[in-house]
Amino acid sequence: MNDVLDVAIRLVIVFAVFMVLPLVVGQAEHKVMAHMQGRLGPMYAGGFHGWAQLVADGVKFAQKEDIVPAAADRRVFQLAPAVALLPYLLVLVALPIGPSEGAVGQVVDAGIFFVLAVMGVGVLGSLMAGWASANKFSLLGGLRTAAQLLAYELPMLLAAASVAMAAGTVSLPGILNAFQWWWLPWQIVGALVFFVAGLAELQRPPFDMPVADSEIIFGAYTEYSGLRFALFLLAEYAGIVVLCGLTTVLFLGGWHGPLGADGLGWVWTLLKTAVLAFVVIWLRVTYPRLREDQLQKLAWTVLIPLALAQIALTGIVKVAID
Amino acid sequence: MIPAAAGHPGFLSPTGVEIAFVLVGLATLGAALVTVTTKQLVHAALWLVVALGGLAVEYLLLTAEFIAWVQVLIYVGSIVVLLLFGLMLTRAPIGRSPDADSDNRWIAAGVAGASAAVLVWVVADAFRTTWIDLDGPAQGSTQATGAFLFRHWVLPFEALSVLLLAALVGAIVLSRKDRGTLPGKDRGAAPRTVGGAAPGDDRAATPAEDGEAAPDAVPEAGSRTDREGTS
Repeated sequence: MNDVLDVAIRLVIVFAVFMVLPLVVGQAEHKVMAHMQGRLGPMYAGGFHGWAQLVADGVKFAQKEDIVPAAADRRVFQLAPAVALLPYLLVLVALPIGPSEGAVGQVVDAGIFFVLAVMGVGVLGSLMAGWASANKFSLLGGLRTAAQLLAYELPMLLAAASVAMAAGTVSLPGILNAFQWWWLPWQIVGALVFFVAGLAELQRPPFDMPVADSEIIFGAYTEYSGLRFALFLLAEYAGIVVLCGLTTVLFLGGWHGPLGADGLGWVWTLLKTAVLAFVVIWLRVTYPRLREDQLQKLAWTVLIPLALAQIALTGIVKVAID
Repeated sequence: MIPAAAGHPGFLSPTGVEIAFVLVGLATLGAALVTVTTKQLVHAALWLVVALGGLAVEYLLLTAEFIAWVQVLIYVGSIVVLLLFGLMLTRAPIGRSPDADSDNRWIAAGVAGASAAVLVWVVADAFRTTWIDLDGPAQGSTQATGAFLFRHWVLPFEALSVLLLAALVGAIVLSRKDRGTLPGKDRGAAPRTVGGAAPGDDRAATPAEDGEAAPDAVPEAGSRTDREGTS
């Protein structure tokens, strides 16, 4: 019975994190973007600096009518938001936030593969949405999503493989246990490749070609309204949390920190994740959208060679150490 | 979970894991059948996701965790996305597509049944007396799989990678076929397979047809950007 309770508590905690952190990132995006653009952002909802804006948005979405276009493929159209959102919840289960045994939802032996595999499934949601909407813009958005995923999945995997080589394990807690501070400069190229490819997989600016509003309205999500639309937005922010958390765990040492590694490991993890999330928002405000051909060129001619070079470097250093 | 099953395993006293295995297997089989019988093209691809995911669950139940996640990563994450990409680029009507049916259905069913029979026979014959101890240490863990692969099966592994490399080179050659004929010559002279389709359509359909691996999209993406740059 104790085991069941333990599992239940873990799942509840993971679910709570899954519900809270994306909203925090979303609210941070409102405010950070506003300040970077010399304005205030939402100021009224909730009183203090509009902290309740996203809650109000959620209420608004829940009140809206849930529309399915007449020509759409009903079931696929309605299923798509769940397919887009659930993978990120599953990924969070495997992310360790502290050094102790209990600081991870579930230890997965092949953690890196689990995380990357499940994240890849989320993109199916966008494809389903794009196809089932019976809308040209949606279909174009779905196509761009697929092309982008095919291009950026490979560098992401290669960069993650480099870390796995360095640590000699593919389990996420195992990688953190093997982490040394000098891995940071050693794996820095891989970290950049991983982060950039992850951004592209999330379709965040500057890689938001699939949802380019000036060209194809909102891509695959054009026909959605109400709660299902909110679920897609939530999936995007959950994706940011997952990507930043994963980069933290794989490349930035997770719970390792200059001090207090024992009791305060989870603080370091959250801090690093938050800084990375800030960078994600920062990039959105800073860079213009990449064109489709630039996007493909970046993946195939820059990121993949860099990732391969990182793997070679990792191998050489690894052999030299042994 | 399995009381004394390891000593004298049999089919008559199924354990929870075995029952789950059979149930998931039935669901997978059902999804696979729907995949080949549905009249809606994209639905077939989506049912294929269910079938492949069911297979991954079967691997998990057999403690082959690594294989399970690789199955999801490669097949669901890449191959099916590639399939959907190809379908959307060429034709993916909502609703039934009557022309998706083939006259070869009985021959196809025969071939499928025969290959299934051969596979079942080979696997059953090879592993007749081998039992997996589901309670012990995971025999399909990443470490065990890696050691087995690179200690006992290195040669097939390397041969397979050469085969994949050949496929990759072949895909590049195919997608660059009309490169020499592009300036000056008549584009219609290039041997196109899909009649009436725009050049962009069948060019993009190529990687989806061989459906082997995600890297097949490399030449496709590269050549498209090149061509847009030159024309």
